[in-house]
Amino acid sequence: MQWETVIGLEVHVQLATKTKIFSGASTAFGAEPNTQACAIDLAMPGTLPVPNEEAFRYAIMFGLAIDAEIAQRSVFDRKNYFYPDLPKGYQTTQLDRPIVGAGNMEIQLSSGKTKTIRIHHAHLEEDAGKSLHEDFQGMSGIDLNRAGTPLIEIVSEPDMSNSEEAVAFAKKLHALVSSLGICDGEMSQGSMRFDVNISVRPKGQTELGTRTETKNLNSFRFMERAIALEVERQIDLIEDGGTVRQETRLYDAEKHASRSMRSKEEANDYRYFPCPDLLPVVFDEDYIEAVRATLPELPEARRDRYIEQYALSSYDAETLSGDRELSAYFEAVTQDCGDAKLAANWIMGELSASLNSAELKLANSPLNATRLAGLILRIKDGSISGKIAKQVFEIMWASNQSADEVIEAEGLKQVSDTGELAAMVDTVIANSAKQVENYRSADADKRPKMMGFFVGQIMKASKGQANPKAVNDILIEKLNKLL
Amino acid sequence: MAVDRGTIEKLAELARIQISEANIDDVTTSISEILGLVDQLQAANTDNVAPMAHPLDAVQRLRADQVTENNQREDLQACAPEVEDGLFLVPQVID
Repeated sequence: MQWETVIGLEVHVQLATKTKIFSGASTAFGAEPNTQACAIDLAMPGTLPVPNEEAFRYAIMFGLAIDAEIAQRSVFDRKNYFYPDLPKGYQTTQLDRPIVGAGNMEIQLSSGKTKTIRIHHAHLEEDAGKSLHEDFQGMSGIDLNRAGTPLIEIVSEPDMSNSEEAVAFAKKLHALVSSLGICDGEMSQGSMRFDVNISVRPKGQTELGTRTETKNLNSFRFMERAIALEVERQIDLIEDGGTVRQETRLYDAEKHASRSMRSKEEANDYRYFPCPDLLPVVFDEDYIEAVRATLPELPEARRDRYIEQYALSSYDAETLSGDRELSAYFEAVTQDCGDAKLAANWIMGELSASLNSAELKLANSPLNATRLAGLILRIKDGSISGKIAKQVFEIMWASNQSADEVIEAEGLKQVSDTGELAAMVDTVIANSAKQVENYRSADADKRPKMMGFFVGQIMKASKGQANPKAVNDILIEKLNKLL
Repeated sequence: MAVDRGTIEKLAELARIQISEANIDDVTTSISEILGLVDQLQAANTDNVAPMAHPLDAVQRLRADQVTENNQREDLQACAPEVEDGLFLVPQVID
């Protein structure tokens, strides 16, 4: 039987505010345990939450970016459950009247097609603390620094039909919230976490199958693998005569296995009700329009601009526009060197390969935009060849020198002086009697190919510094004189 | 609307409230009676009334995104039964 997969995503995005959603405690990552958890975060009796305006502004920015209706009046609810990292005994969240209504996002697929993924809504809520289960002999250690960190939970419609689409959607969201500057995008620190709802059904059936939810995936690669695993598990189960249970599952990336966390029947009944500690939050049209006016250029608009303004390929444009830091770097290099295509090639080639192998982020690149542009300028003006440029790049990578300093110090400047080149060509021709004879006796259409030998010899003699174009011109002229 | 004993037991479990065996029937009856009053309220026609999120007709005040609460761990952990390495210790719970 042919099977069809249906996937929907719930995405938790930590907002990059300085303080918590309901208290003035810091949200900075990596602090000593419980040093950023105040009386409100700890749910001490008598405390009252006061919402952080910035969290709303960020949520509204997101809503505007996905073309969603912004609720002028939104309400907080309590989701009740007991867990040690949730001191209040409820999570303050939004159920019926979320800040962001239905919207859309377009994803690009490897086939070149695009697909629109509908977003059901996005709501504001608070993050929980962290539980550490090891090292405490039968006890759990609780760190509440993360408790109260503002989140938006983005809920998609079940519009994705394979892992490629789900990952493309997740990446697009990542690019969007990073570009908006509302999330730091640090997946390894849990700044974005994905819950994936998956069901399968026989191809052609309209009714949805029973879905499972795989929780808390925090990398695109794990997400792709977890989806593949779950789809296979469900199909195997049904084909063996079983049925899929509606349940929450946990994916273990190390073992590439998943296990059931709790089934629907055991699931908590959250007994939501409106939070009496918080009044409705109201924004008028002027406020929302003022936020709209602050929206930065979005990745899609930037991609289109790169294609139009810089004549980049859509692949290059997509890659360079997706990340705000990367696009800023690219634009700075392009501005300094005046060649977008070369800038794109060097950033996506040498630079990103070197960053990857050194496990560095662009922000910590040893080579800033100005220095890379300096190198590209020397390629452009013919001072060095692309091949030599890679050598220069490596030296620059490991030092603070500019391209000009490296080229000067290492004597790598390309030889374009025709007199000097002509002398080298003469020497090579004089030392290659046999090849010259072959060249002369060959058919005219075979000759261009035979040029390669001579060019190679000259490049070797010049230690790669001869200007290849100038060499070619001189060589053709001299060889043709011998015919 | 009446609730049965099973519902009360389930709610008590969810709310982590212990109701002694001897009291369950009383609690079930009391809550059923309260829900009877709610039924009377439900009878009112609310067709054109927006659901009320809060009894006060007021709008939430918001605060600026500035750190106002600095580290108070020592004070706040003074009343905790057990702490270690800055963490609160609780009986182990693994979901």
